[in-house]
Amino acid sequence: MTAPSQGRPAPRPGVADPAIVVEHVVKEYGQLTAVNDVSFSVAAGETLGLLGPNGAGKSTLIRMMTTLVPITSGRVLVGGHDVAREPDAARLKIGVIPQAMTTDTDLSIEENLDIYAKLYGVQKEERHRSIAELLELVHLADRRKSLVGTLSGGMRRRAELARGLVHSPDILFLDEPTTGLDPVSRADVWEMITRLRQARGLTVLITTHYMDEADRLCDRIAIVDKGKLVALDTPRALKDAVPGATAIELSVDRTPDDWEEELLALDGVESAHALGGNTWRLVVDDAGGSATALVSHAQKRGVALQSLSVTSTTLDDVFAHYTGHALR
Amino acid sequence: MNWQRVSAIIERELRKFMRTPMLLFMTLLMPLLQLFVLGNAFGGRATHLTLAVVDEDGGPAARRVREALYALETNGDMLRPIVYESEQLAADDVRHGVVQGALVIPAQFSRRVYAGERPHVGLLLDNTDNVLSATLRSYTAGAVQRASREHPTASRVSPTVSLDAVELYPYVPYMRYMLPGVISLGLFMSAMIGGAILYLDDKQRGVHEGYLVTPITKAELVIAQIASGTIKATVGGVLLALIGALSAGATSILEPARLVALLVLVVLVSIAFMAMTSCIVARMNNPIMPRAIFGMLNTLLYFPSGAVYPTQGLPGWLRVIARIDPFTYSVHALRVLLLKGAAVSVLLPDLLFLAGFAGVMVTGSVLLFRRTL
Repeated sequence: MTAPSQGRPAPRPGVADPAIVVEHVVKEYGQLTAVNDVSFSVAAGETLGLLGPNGAGKSTLIRMMTTLVPITSGRVLVGGHDVAREPDAARLKIGVIPQAMTTDTDLSIEENLDIYAKLYGVQKEERHRSIAELLELVHLADRRKSLVGTLSGGMRRRAELARGLVHSPDILFLDEPTTGLDPVSRADVWEMITRLRQARGLTVLITTHYMDEADRLCDRIAIVDKGKLVALDTPRALKDAVPGATAIELSVDRTPDDWEEELLALDGVESAHALGGNTWRLVVDDAGGSATALVSHAQKRGVALQSLSVTSTTLDDVFAHYTGHALR
Repeated sequence: MNWQRVSAIIERELRKFMRTPMLLFMTLLMPLLQLFVLGNAFGGRATHLTLAVVDEDGGPAARRVREALYALETNGDMLRPIVYESEQLAADDVRHGVVQGALVIPAQFSRRVYAGERPHVGLLLDNTDNVLSATLRSYTAGAVQRASREHPTASRVSPTVSLDAVELYPYVPYMRYMLPGVISLGLFMSAMIGGAILYLDDKQRGVHEGYLVTPITKAELVIAQIASGTIKATVGGVLLALIGALSAGATSILEPARLVALLVLVVLVSIAFMAMTSCIVARMNNPIMPRAIFGMLNTLLYFPSGAVYPTQGLPGWLRVIARIDPFTYSVHALRVLLLKGAAVSVLLPDLLFLAGFAGVMVTGSVLLFRRTL
């Protein structure tokens, strides 16, 4: 496992002037409750991940925190400012990297950044200094005159990271920063986020539906499902909370009725989830014992095992444990 | 109002505009096509009309009618009389479209002319085509009237006919008539393409989300959008007016006072159209919508404005639309400026209306615009 906090003491929630406070926040669209009574806080300098499947309410939450969507009830403070009452003060404290890539492809990186710095009211000399420094940080200094349309997906994402920081905010919001990127670009963007966080002492709130991303980047992870916050802790603590030490993934030629119950009845099996098709994932205490029991049970039922592998538990198991269903 | 923020948005729009010159070209292309195609297709005089002539009289007056018709043939080939033996055959050929009309000179026609009675000739017309039948009616009526005078004028060719025949560019008048409408249409298209459509595309792509997380206000954002659209439309509009005016032979536009007045007018019309479209799309999210309503708005505002047909011919309800339609004032003002050679001060009422209209629409857009998603 990657150590997410990189040697810093894990900040605890609710201690001394948190950067973000979310109190009993509700968002309703007509009859639909997109966010249902969510509360948490993010300490200054901490990186918090909002983890959940598409439609869980992550984007709505981040949009309420970034003044884009009105809050139905509850309260959000960012940088000490209530987003509903002092939106402009809150806006100056935060940088937002939306999910969609919105840099203009027919403008250069520098022009994109400069226009945003002007929108934030950054004065000329400060703009030049800040943009030059940011482009160094995201390794795009030599491309600053290039049109964004000529960049790769990962480079464009890095340009957007820099754009979100042109006004030197304290808090950075990233909405699914690596969705749609290839593995190399993802690792690249992760590195940039870590680097920027350290260079600028940022508090970061990131939404993702990738477990590895949350594991790699976040000090703490908030699991969101169907508009509710179902768990919030460090990745380590979340994994420790899942009963069972290892996981078995198996695929079978057919799934008999009551197969899930039968799997759960096997020795040492803590949980069983279908992963789609005829593939199942079990969280177990003793991988050897459970595997043996599984093989003999399958033989008895006339089910052919097509594959069987033993892995350690991951955040996927954590997610399944808290929400009762697999993330993907 | 923070001008740094307003100018940042304008800067973005103009930088993008300058990097896609094709957009400007395409915006100009359609109005210019309309000017050259419609300007040449309409308003030209219909020629080569064929007319069946059935002479049941054979007398001198009837011969004069026929001669007058032949004179129309020699004068620019406007009409080709074809002699038919019977009324029945002629009527059948009108029905089948072989000829456009049939003139029947009844027996006793000449006698009645000389007796000073009011003789009648029959004209069969295919009135499914209004324009052609009206043209044919007027040609024939002229010929019959002239021929039925007992002492025809010394010249067989009437002064009107010879005047028409010496026109060097018979199509220019309608092209000129269309020019103010075409320029207005160009400005409207710029507002739709460079304003409404780009706005909703940006909204769809999430660019607005990016704006809304900055401290920009509603008014700043709306005014910046309208201002950048206006600058783009003005560049296109002035170019279009100059190309159009020179092609239609309206060279008076090159006088400095008129050029200044043209610039002021084009700016005001652009603001009016930009603000109107921005009012309409302020709450829309789907970028297909402005494309869909474009044709509707075009029909509703362009056609009743006097751009293609005089407003005097409109029924009451259409006149009401024409009265509050910025197109009407734009077309009127451009007509004064480009074609009539009147003093620039005549434009003042049009400019005042357009300024008032723009003011209302800008306010409306700011009020309708939502600062949240």
